[in-house]
Amino acid sequence: MRSSGFDRITSELLQNRLRRLTYVVFLAFIVLTLRLWLLQVVHGPEYRTKSENNRIHLRDIPPFRGMIFDRNGHLLVDNRPSYDLYIIPEDVQDSKSLLHLLSNLAGIDPEAVRIRLTKAGGGQPFRPVLVKRDLTREALALVETHRFNLPGVMVQVKPQRHYLRGSFAAHAIGYLGEISEVQLKSGKYPENRPGDLIGKSGVEARWQEYLNGSRGGEQVEVDAAGRQLRVVSRMSPEPGINLSLTLDKDLQALAEEGLKDKKGAIVALDPETGEVLAMASAPAFDPNVFIGGIDREAWNQMVSGSDYPLQNRVISGQYPPGSIFKIVVGLAGLEEGLVDPGEEVFCNGSYQLGAHTFRCWKRHGHGHVDFHRALRESCDVYFYKLGRRLGVDRIARYAVMFGLGGRTGLRLESERPGLIPTSQWKLKRFGVPWQAGETISTSIGQSFVLVTPIQAAQMIGAVFNGGILHEPKVVRWVGKGENTVYRFEPTVRSRLDADPKNLDRMKRALIAVVNEPHGTGWRAKQKEIPVAGKTGTAQVVNLETEKASKGRQGIPERFKDHAWFVAVAPADAPRLAIAVLLENAGHGGSAAAPIVGRMIEAYLGDRAAGAEVASRP
Amino acid sequence: MFDRRLVQNFDWVLLLVLAVIAATSLMNLYSATYGLDDAGIPRVFMRQLYWFLIGFGVLLLMTLFDYHRLEPLAYPAYVFSLGLLVLVLMLGAVTSGSQRWLSLGGISFQPSEVAKFALIAALARFFSEHEERREAYRLRDLIRPFLIIAVPCALILKEPDLGTALLIMLVSFSIILFAGVRWQSLALLSTGFLAAVPFIWSTLKVYQKRRILTFLKPEMDPLGAGYHINQSKIAIGSGQIWGKGYLEGTQTRLHFLPEQHTDFAFSVLAEEWGFTGSVFLLTSYLLLIIWGINIARSSRDRFGMFLALGIVAVIFWEFVINVGMATGLLPVVGIPLVLFSYGGSSVVSTLAGMGILMNISMRRFMFQ
Repeated sequence: MRSSGFDRITSELLQNRLRRLTYVVFLAFIVLTLRLWLLQVVHGPEYRTKSENNRIHLRDIPPFRGMIFDRNGHLLVDNRPSYDLYIIPEDVQDSKSLLHLLSNLAGIDPEAVRIRLTKAGGGQPFRPVLVKRDLTREALALVETHRFNLPGVMVQVKPQRHYLRGSFAAHAIGYLGEISEVQLKSGKYPENRPGDLIGKSGVEARWQEYLNGSRGGEQVEVDAAGRQLRVVSRMSPEPGINLSLTLDKDLQALAEEGLKDKKGAIVALDPETGEVLAMASAPAFDPNVFIGGIDREAWNQMVSGSDYPLQNRVISGQYPPGSIFKIVVGLAGLEEGLVDPGEEVFCNGSYQLGAHTFRCWKRHGHGHVDFHRALRESCDVYFYKLGRRLGVDRIARYAVMFGLGGRTGLRLESERPGLIPTSQWKLKRFGVPWQAGETISTSIGQSFVLVTPIQAAQMIGAVFNGGILHEPKVVRWVGKGENTVYRFEPTVRSRLDADPKNLDRMKRALIAVVNEPHGTGWRAKQKEIPVAGKTGTAQVVNLETEKASKGRQGIPERFKDHAWFVAVAPADAPRLAIAVLLENAGHGGSAAAPIVGRMIEAYLGDRAAGAEVASRP
Repeated sequence: MFDRRLVQNFDWVLLLVLAVIAATSLMNLYSATYGLDDAGIPRVFMRQLYWFLIGFGVLLLMTLFDYHRLEPLAYPAYVFSLGLLVLVLMLGAVTSGSQRWLSLGGISFQPSEVAKFALIAALARFFSEHEERREAYRLRDLIRPFLIIAVPCALILKEPDLGTALLIMLVSFSIILFAGVRWQSLALLSTGFLAAVPFIWSTLKVYQKRRILTFLKPEMDPLGAGYHINQSKIAIGSGQIWGKGYLEGTQTRLHFLPEQHTDFAFSVLAEEWGFTGSVFLLTSYLLLIIWGINIARSSRDRFGMFLALGIVAVIFWEFVINVGMATGLLPVVGIPLVLFSYGGSSVVSTLAGMGILMNISMRRFMFQ
């Protein structure tokens, strides 16, 4: 062989290179070993977690939201199954014909599905893609019967909030909406995740934390394609806590019927406990429509415009009280000794103060009126004179004593306080001193005075229940079942500091409003139940504007007076205090009183024997 | 021709190391393909077992003649391998966009595997014949070896098989560097290469460019191009020190790990056997390579030394590139783990190379 043997020098040279090569090889292996050390030992635990996250999918099991009952255990809100349609991309054989069939059977828009599928696409063809939430019964039946022709289609059941009676008591119950970014970050919703529905108003919002329950979950082992292999572990969800409203289903229905096609509010309280028996606000809304996600257009319609269906007028509608405020002014007069009940005041239909003329609602005047008649027939002139004697600040003191001008303590969001003006308040607010003429308007519940319907109901209730102002309540009990229920006891907030004799005189006058001839509230009269009440007409605009718009017919709907009626029954042993407010409905006695009459008749007439239906949780 | 000394000098260490690696590979392949078939022993495992048996047969065959006889055959073999490479471009089956396989009487093989060793032999012959008595070769001395390298590389790039072409270049340059190049020439060479980078980049296919970009930033696209490398790192890292246990690797079992019986076979081992198992395998290969270098050192002639070195360089680079890729140190290039991944041509040709190494080892004490 030619190449036999080595030249000594090159041989040594190459030998040396080979030795150095060995170092290079060692170095490379040290680098690789260090790399493995870094991955497997230093970062090993992190990668172990990552591989577990790869392998284990957490499947959410949403809890059942607590149910809501009326005071007698009638179910108002529960959860019904929502049948959601999913597609498993891998199992689909012919996507075109599948989408076509689905659109025929369940009215699913093929284009929308295609978009959802491509969006969800990626490496996991076995992962179900939600295509349509809440199939209708017909669609579900059709899908189930065609199951054989629908490979890759899956239907899953999830609980969905269901308001059994639609808009019934919607304002008290409230509605659900998707949790917002801000709410999620606030830390007040530890149980909730993006996409969850939470209470946005009413009891649903106030008791969110209790109603929500705690979510359960399943750990499912999946492979790289998203195929579910087995359930590794499961934690059952904890259903939410149920609650019973203080509302009476039948009384509530009557109240809502009374508001049909109208705008306004009706609230009925139990004067002995402060429990809200009915709480109706119109126009109302159907909380069910918020569940599937309300579209922008429908939402805009709800929040814009003048109807404000989402507003609970009972607690957040603030209106001038009109003549129902005479209860406050009248009692103030008696208590302050500024009224001799026998003293007669002459009403010729108007009252002159300086250059200004204040008119009585009765154009030709009431003639000679005493305290009793002045309330019964709601003589404005009598109260102008009384108000002038009292002055605005004394009126305000009694108004506040009646709980006006401040929140009632009802535990619902969005309650408004109303407004009771004082001379100081005006100076601060407008920088202008109080005018004598404003006291005149204030004494018949105009000028700046604003009350909410629930305040009005509480006010008249306090006259008849011995002067007690309760904290109103809409929730009677909360709990899981019969034995684990927490009942809310009545809470006394304050008492009227008034002479019982004066209260008696006020009661007699308010009974007269309904029961005596010429009483403005005669339309609420009942044969067997003694009813007391007071009408009111709240001017939306002042008299000048009213006159300016020529004649009654010329007044635009929104400038028409609001009608008030507050009532208590039975007057001797009160069990119902009602306030009705009808927006732009004209005179209080004619528009509002009949509704109250029907409510009293139904609620107390049926229960005349005193056999209240046993309440059950 | 058969000498008793040959049996005495039989390199048992080399054989033992190879046997250990082969056994580990088979055990690992079993796990990587377990459950792919409905029942029984995975088909891939059985095939690889046969390939190993054939490979070891070829290894023994390669020890039966004196490797010096290969020297005159080196150039003809090289030309023959070029012929195969041209043939594969004309007749080769197209699989996933590239033409790498040639079918011969029912057996498919990659001509690039043959070309790899033919090229090494050709280079060994060149450097054996053209001994540079001074310290190092000048650039002009190296024109012929460069041509020898360039032709098969171009053909393999044409398939295209970037990984193998890259590997062949690395191995060839290792041989040239070992032969010795003047530092001026080396500097010139590197400058030229750097200048050519933009040109090379422009000739790369889109998927190749993406692989390199993905290597630079794998988290950029976790479900797309970066998916493989991320899943491989998760598999390796999650093995921790002791591993998840044989057949217990979740990344493997649930197929999060891509190409788990070929390019990412190492990740399967690392997941199930942890750092311990990885280091065991690393040590086996280290032993193989160091032993190979020793064989080169002890060889009594230039041809044997260069031949041995070239074969060792193949093992070294394939191992480093594959493990570097699986651990995220290097970009994803489709180079299987030598002697460990599934693949018949690779196993048989590598073991043939090992046979030649053995041949050189056995004849290290023979003086002509």
